[in-house]
Amino acid sequence: MAIEELKKFIGKTDAPYLLDVEKGAIKRYAEAVGDLNPLYHDEEYARASKHGAIICPPGFFGWAVKSRPYLSETRQEVLENLAKAGYKHFLDGGTDFEFVLPVRAGDKLVASGRIADIYERDGKKGNLVFAVTEITYINQNGDQVATVRWTLVCS
Amino acid sequence: MAKQLYWEDLETGNEATPLPKIPTTQILVKWAGASGDFNPAHYEDSFAKSQGLERAYVHGQLKRAWLCQLMTDWIGEQGILKKLSCQFRAVDWPRLMKTMREPREGDTWLCKGTVTRKYVEDDQHLVDCDIWVENAKGEKTTPGKATVVLPSRG
Repeated sequence: MAIEELKKFIGKTDAPYLLDVEKGAIKRYAEAVGDLNPLYHDEEYARASKHGAIICPPGFFGWAVKSRPYLSETRQEVLENLAKAGYKHFLDGGTDFEFVLPVRAGDKLVASGRIADIYERDGKKGNLVFAVTEITYINQNGDQVATVRWTLVCS
Repeated sequence: MAKQLYWEDLETGNEATPLPKIPTTQILVKWAGASGDFNPAHYEDSFAKSQGLERAYVHGQLKRAWLCQLMTDWIGEQGILKKLSCQFRAVDWPRLMKTMREPREGDTWLCKGTVTRKYVEDDQHLVDCDIWVENAKGEKTTPGKATVVLPSRG
């Protein structure tokens, strides 16, 4: 598939999905990182902090209420088209986070994703395709908490 | 927690307190479960090989999470991590386990950062940093950038 055809996916959006931010999930995430900050697990400590509740380590947004494929539907579609075009290797190229507000235990978030960009570059071992997904997270008060851009590198 | 860092305490070139990390196969399993990233390339050597890699490797997003911790530990509770980006330029191999709890001998990684710019914008006292995860050979496998807001002594 030519890059021009793949570029048609740019701007395509996913159906928004809901995320539950549970304190147990926050604790397990912080443990996996090895981050012992009491704001992520100690309720009494967190309550007395400026946040007033347990918060998430930056980059954690809880778990989807309805289980869904790990990748967004649009990203999955892009991947399938890349696979058809002969791309076999998919690596996480990098991430770009903008944190606007803290995410607290008990929050309910809505995540909205879209394909932000698809472009080609010459790599050491041949052609590479970069697919960028952008996800915006909004909390139950209607406030944006974060925007994340993920770059998938395909070869 | 470390004592609170203030904007006035920093100058360009200052370093964030380095954060050592030892990824093990056990930690990768924990991370997969905690983050929801169940890509088999991080726990199945043969699948990692099909992706062109030697064996199961450390999740990029785990390294990203370490870099977030590097910044939040350093800026203290009154600081705010506003932006963080990183690129996964090279893969890192986890240590294997010796016992059910302890890893085998091996490498230790370091998360590091330096201040590149200090400025005030929209009444916020901001600091930009270069950040990275460095392997035992001193190679920056995961370079990135961060912007933090710090309290000011006024």
